[in-house]
Amino acid sequence: MFELSPEEWTAVALSLRVALVATAVSLPFGVAVAWLLARKNFPGKALLNALIYLPLVLPPVVTGYLLLIAFGRRGIFGSALENIGIVFSFRWTGAALACGVMAFPLMVGAIRLSLEAVDRRFEDAAATLGASRAWTIATVTLPLALPGIIAGAVLAFARALGEFGATITFVSNIPGETQTISAAIYTLTQVPGGDAQALRLVVIAVIISFAALIVSEWFGRRAGARVHGV
Amino acid sequence: MLAVDVEKKLGTFEVNAAFQGDSGVTALFGPSGSGKTSIVAMIAGLSRPDRGRIAVGGEVLFDSAQDVDMPPHRRGVGYVFQDGRLFPHLSVARNLDYGRWMSGKARDEAQVKHVTELLDIGHLLKRRPGALSGGERQRVALGRALLMQPRLMLLDEPLASLDAARKSEILPYFQRLRDETKLPMIYVSHDPNEVKALASRVVLLDDGRVKAAGGIELL
Repeated sequence: MFELSPEEWTAVALSLRVALVATAVSLPFGVAVAWLLARKNFPGKALLNALIYLPLVLPPVVTGYLLLIAFGRRGIFGSALENIGIVFSFRWTGAALACGVMAFPLMVGAIRLSLEAVDRRFEDAAATLGASRAWTIATVTLPLALPGIIAGAVLAFARALGEFGATITFVSNIPGETQTISAAIYTLTQVPGGDAQALRLVVIAVIISFAALIVSEWFGRRAGARVHGV
Repeated sequence: MLAVDVEKKLGTFEVNAAFQGDSGVTALFGPSGSGKTSIVAMIAGLSRPDRGRIAVGGEVLFDSAQDVDMPPHRRGVGYVFQDGRLFPHLSVARNLDYGRWMSGKARDEAQVKHVTELLDIGHLLKRRPGALSGGERQRVALGRALLMQPRLMLLDEPLASLDAARKSEILPYFQRLRDETKLPMIYVSHDPNEVKALASRVVLLDDGRVKAAGGIELL
C-alpha cells in the first residue's frame, strides 16, 4: 500500500515546499505586525487588527478569490509584480501566498501573545546597561518571546499544509505546480477507484502533521526552559 | 558630583525634589511611596521628568530648559534593581558581560576577575539566573552594573527582597565596593541600619519632596 506513485510524491513534496516557504517568508512580517499590535498605539490599529484576522473568518474561497483579483495576472498588485518577474497566478508561489495569508492570523496571534507576556522591566535593565532600543529588542525581547515565535511558526506551517479552499480558488489544481496533498486527495475522491490512493495521502498528511506537532512541542519546551533560566 | 532637580506628576502623586550627591554614597531615605524609585528612574533615564535638570560630574543628562534628554543607554548610569532583573535567558557569565557586549569594547579579563572576586561570584558563572539564591542574584546584578563601568551607580533597595540573615551577608560587599572604588552611588532604602552602614550623606524624602539633607546624624 505504501508505494507512492511519482504523482503522489510530487504532491507531498510540493505541499512541504509550499508550507515551508509560506511560513519562512511570512515569519518576519508576522513578528513585525505582532510587534505593532502588542506594543504600539496608532490610528487605524483596530482596522489593521481586523484586516489581519479577516482570513480566519472569511470563507477560504472568498480569500482565494480576493487574492485572484489582487495578485492575478491582471490584478492590481499582480500586474505590477509581474513587471519585476514575480508571478503568482497558477504557480506554486501563488499557493504559498494563499497558504501564507490563510495562516497569518494564527502566526500573529501566537507571537503577539508571547510579546505581550515579555516582562518589560528586562528591557529597562538592558537600556541601563547600554543597549539601544534595537539591540534591546534583538538581545532581550525576541529571545524571551522565542517560545511563542516558534509556536506561531509551527501553527502557521500546520495551517499552510492543510490549506485547500483559498489555494484551489486562487491557483487552481494543477498536478506538479499547484496540486498540494489536500488538492490531490480532493481530486482522487472525485474519480472512481481513487479511494485507496486518497487514503494513502490521508495517512501521509496525518504523519506529517503529527511530526510537526511533536517537533514544535520539543522546540517549545527547550526554548521555554531557556527563557525561564534554569 | 551629582545634581538633581526634578518635577514630575504621576497621577495624583507629585515628585518635586532637588538634592546634590558627592563622590561617596548618598542615601535616598524615606517610607514606601515617598518617590525614591521614581527619582532614581528619572536619573537613569527610564522615566522623563516634566521639568528639571540632572547632571553627573559636569555632564548634563537631562535639562528641560535646554531640551536635553539623553537616552538611558547613553547615560552610563549603572542600576541595580530591587529584583535584580538578571536576564533569564542568559547565563550568569553572559549577564555580567552584557554591558561590555553592548558597548562593543574589548573584554577586560582583569576587570572581570577583579569584580567576580570582589563579589565572590566566580563559582556561579555557568549557572542560569533561575538557579541562584536571592543573595547570589543581587551580587551578580551588582557585578553586572559595575562591569559596564558606570560613572554613577544607582542602587534601588537592592537588599529589600532578602531576609535579615542574607542582608547582613551582602552588606559587606557593598561596603567593600564603596571603599575600593571611588564610584559615586545613590542608595535607595527605607532601612535606617542599611543607610547608617553605607552612606555618608542622607536625603530624607517624604511625599515626593525633600524634607532634609545632610549627614547620617539625620536618621
